[in-house]
Amino acid sequence: MDIQTGFFYLFAGVLLFSAFRVVTARNPVHAVLYLMLAFSQASGLWFMLGAEFLAITLVLVYLGAVMVLFLFVVMMLDINMDTLRAGFWKHFPLAATLGAVVAFEMAAVLMSGFRLATPAAVDAAVQANNAKALGVLLYTEYLMPIQIAAAILLVAMVAAIALTLRERKDSKAIDPSIQVRVKARDRVSMVQVPVTQAAPAVQDTPAQEKQA
Amino acid sequence: MSIGLGHYLSIGAMLFALAVVGIFLNRKNLIVLLMAIELMLLAVNINFVAFSRYLGDMHGQVFVFFILTVAAAESAIGLAILVLLFRNKNSIDVQDLNSLKG
Repeated sequence: MDIQTGFFYLFAGVLLFSAFRVVTARNPVHAVLYLMLAFSQASGLWFMLGAEFLAITLVLVYLGAVMVLFLFVVMMLDINMDTLRAGFWKHFPLAATLGAVVAFEMAAVLMSGFRLATPAAVDAAVQANNAKALGVLLYTEYLMPIQIAAAILLVAMVAAIALTLRERKDSKAIDPSIQVRVKARDRVSMVQVPVTQAAPAVQDTPAQEKQA
Repeated sequence: MSIGLGHYLSIGAMLFALAVVGIFLNRKNLIVLLMAIELMLLAVNINFVAFSRYLGDMHGQVFVFFILTVAAAESAIGLAILVLLFRNKNSIDVQDLNSLKG
């Protein structure tokens, strides 16, 4: 068993264990942390496959951004886990059977159907500089799709902000457009007040007597 | 026994099956459902990268790039909807989501 095989089984084992813990962890914060572990192991597998750029992207984008977003949301929500965990293991026999069937059937077909033990001979340039090869492909052949991907990210950002933006009721912020359109007469108004005023008629004597 | 394409594809299959089991188990907890979907996308990505390496075709890795983009957008919007839901219903139980009477 050479060292590459050993690393493959190490990454695969930790990946599957952490994926199992993601779906069974009692505390959602632990689930997010196990998901981060799973993504880091997948990144290791991609390094072994020679996809360095994507492996680094997975660490930067997923571990650095998306998982932190998950962690923020999980920590912000005050979740009552007991009601959510009620009947957690009720469907476990069905789920385990289904999962085992899916895994073993796919594994049987894939292990026997794809006997490519050695990777295809790759260009020395591609092998040496994975990021450059990917970049050349992205910015020549996939130029239009990458623009669409950028637009999707922009739309997602606007949508996430628009969904969670909340108008505060106690906010004292002033609309600037109203502020600049104000006229002097809106601020100060002259009121004609008579110099002398008639004294109010005295007629509530019964109430005063009651108080005294 | 050296590591072949079948090994990587089997890892992808097992990861996908685990995510399916997770969706069955966490029918109520919306946040773990989102995480199970992330695991499924990761399994698909592992398959893409493995095929790209063993067939010597860079286009598979380009596809993984786009899947990562869309998955990031999906999780951002999903979490925004989750926060909105928790603010309105004070719960993230999927069974409380019956306002549309569907």
